[in-house]
Amino acid sequence: MRQIRYLQAIQEALYQEMQRDPRVFILGEDIRVSMRGTTRGFVEAFGPERVLDMPISEAAFTGFATGAAMAGFRPIVEYQIPSLVYVAFDQLANQAAKMPYMLGGQVRLPITYLVMGAGAKNNAAGQHSDNPYPFLLHAGFKVVLPSTPYDMKGLLISAIRHDDPVFVLCPAALYALRGPVPEEPYTVPLGVGEVKRDGSDVTVIATGHLVQTALQVAEKLAEEGIQLLVWDPRTLLPLDREGLFRVVRRTGRVVILDDSNRTCGFAAEVAALLAEECFDALRAPVQRITRPDVPVPFSPPLEQAVLPGAAQLLQAVRRVLEWKREPSVVVP
Amino acid sequence: MGIPRELALEMYRRMRLIRRFEERVVELVNDNEIPGITHEYIGQEAVAVGVCAALRPDDAITSTHRGHGHVIAKGGDVRYMMAELMGRETGYNRGRGGSMHIADVQIGVYGANGIVGAGCPMACGAAYVFRRQGDRVVVAFFGDGAINQGVVHESLNLAAILDLPVVFVCENNLYAITTPIRSVTRNELWRRAEAYGIPARPVDGMDVEAVYGAAVEAVARARAGGGPSFLECRTYRYSGHYTAERNLPHVRYRTEEEIEQWRQRDPIRTWRQRMLERGWATEAELDGIDGEIERALEEAVAFARQSPWPDPATALEYMYAEPMEGIPARGWR
Ligand SMILES: Cc1ncc(C[n+]2csc(CCOP(=O)(O)OP(=O)(O)O)c2C)c(N)n1
Repeated sequence: MRQIRYLQAIQEALYQEMQRDPRVFILGEDIRVSMRGTTRGFVEAFGPERVLDMPISEAAFTGFATGAAMAGFRPIVEYQIPSLVYVAFDQLANQAAKMPYMLGGQVRLPITYLVMGAGAKNNAAGQHSDNPYPFLLHAGFKVVLPSTPYDMKGLLISAIRHDDPVFVLCPAALYALRGPVPEEPYTVPLGVGEVKRDGSDVTVIATGHLVQTALQVAEKLAEEGIQLLVWDPRTLLPLDREGLFRVVRRTGRVVILDDSNRTCGFAAEVAALLAEECFDALRAPVQRITRPDVPVPFSPPLEQAVLPGAAQLLQAVRRVLEWKREPSVVVP
Repeated sequence: MGIPRELALEMYRRMRLIRRFEERVVELVNDNEIPGITHEYIGQEAVAVGVCAALRPDDAITSTHRGHGHVIAKGGDVRYMMAELMGRETGYNRGRGGSMHIADVQIGVYGANGIVGAGCPMACGAAYVFRRQGDRVVVAFFGDGAINQGVVHESLNLAAILDLPVVFVCENNLYAITTPIRSVTRNELWRRAEAYGIPARPVDGMDVEAVYGAAVEAVARARAGGGPSFLECRTYRYSGHYTAERNLPHVRYRTEEEIEQWRQRDPIRTWRQRMLERGWATEAELDGIDGEIERALEEAVAFARQSPWPDPATALEYMYAEPMEGIPARGWR
């Protein structure tokens, strides 16, 4: 199969879905010229009516998408950087997320929010390095965080065809990643995780670009005879609970590797869920590797200090392996 | 400007229905039959009715926290409204929304809104779809307080640059809760829209005929592809910001004289007089309409009272169009 980059996978999914369904249209800042190339060539192909360059008015164009969805279209909103999600947060948390429920099911909102540049990149400092998904999960948004070009194309197409609002976060660290991607449209279902590498000693639950980090660490540890199981939830909400429980029960030792803030974050949710549902299978306390609760600092050594990475993962793996507790229920 | 007699009667009927609906709501709130927060529209009826009379049934509106009048003016059914206000399963929102979120998407009411100004961008989005599909129009209702919300300004600009068929209707009732508009703004509200390149004008919001005339013009422009307009309808709410305000005697921000002066220009009474003077209706005819309204309201109250409460087991329903395993998460076990 041909190999393409993560960004190309985004472009291809958007293009094919705009071609397939005339109700799909895209809006955002500077999307006609498209600095990153995700919508390059779209105005020529679909016309300026379906490729809307928006003023710097995040709240308004977020609400605009809600209104357009209520009226029957299927908008795709591109946010240039993740922090803009906060600028639009009334229109997200109070409006789009609540509208179908508060209206008693009178509307469906098939909106795709494409968040470019998620996570830290090149010392972009406090306002350009966030992963805002804990806020979004809390508000009830379905959120996907694809870790490969293949997953990106399939999940993005699923999101566009989905009848609820879905956030698709695109980690900046993955833009250049190449991988096999079919040319024809296909879907990866929402809410289904994937074992990215099988192993029997420790289960690493990794999200976004940290899946790649976990795979690298797994290679290294394999040389020492330690087998990591790397599991990628792919969708943070809905979370593939059965898939999660299965991979946790395989090893009984869990490290969660998540690039967002610690308090009330995604890792906290997974850890709590495991305490509730998998306590019998756990052989060691669940370890969380997250960012601390500070904005990402500018200076390179400071930035390195707060971002989760391979070093912490190695440490955490060794920590959970030290525990000798036998699980109360042994699962074959 | 000519108003057909049938429409004149219908405008009377709707204004009167709003007034009586709201008065009935106050009673039901005081009797604890309606829970939550309700905001009365009494005094402002001419705005909703004059504007919505200029719309087609397939046009849409976005509304505010003071939304009952807009829903009725757009043709909403008071039975489902009353049931929603009482929190019943038969209500428009199946008891999930209540007064501040009441909506009837079938007739183009895209929802009252508890966040000031928040309906404006949604009106723009719906208008974008309408413009691409045909000649439907959207009205965004909002108050004078909303004029200082950033998202309203973003929306005005968006509507202007995209030539959207939106009519922005600012209901200037002079107060945002207790804050007089003149203490938080320096210029006339309609002039702000002009700054975005949107045709704008003030309108006498106590005169349903004046509102209707201005709305017909704005709606016709939007329908013909001429883009947005802005109407500042000057009006007044007789009652408090919300129903329970009468229980807060220390809250005083208006004089009795001011309220009385506005009451002198009551939109329903003046419209009734004008219709009689013009020979468009007889006292008996209008009394007949009043009687029908009383019967319809009692029927609505009875309908709501007899309607079942929503089943608590269904409290998680309607969050998603495509519910999936594990979401919404349960908060109990
Ligand atoms: C963004 C926002 N800020 C504050 C409030 C609290 N609040 C509710 S209604 C209101 C006053 C609104 O005044 P106006 O827009 O003039 O409408 P009116 O009540 O006069 O109809 C305020 C401040 C809110 N709901 N939303």
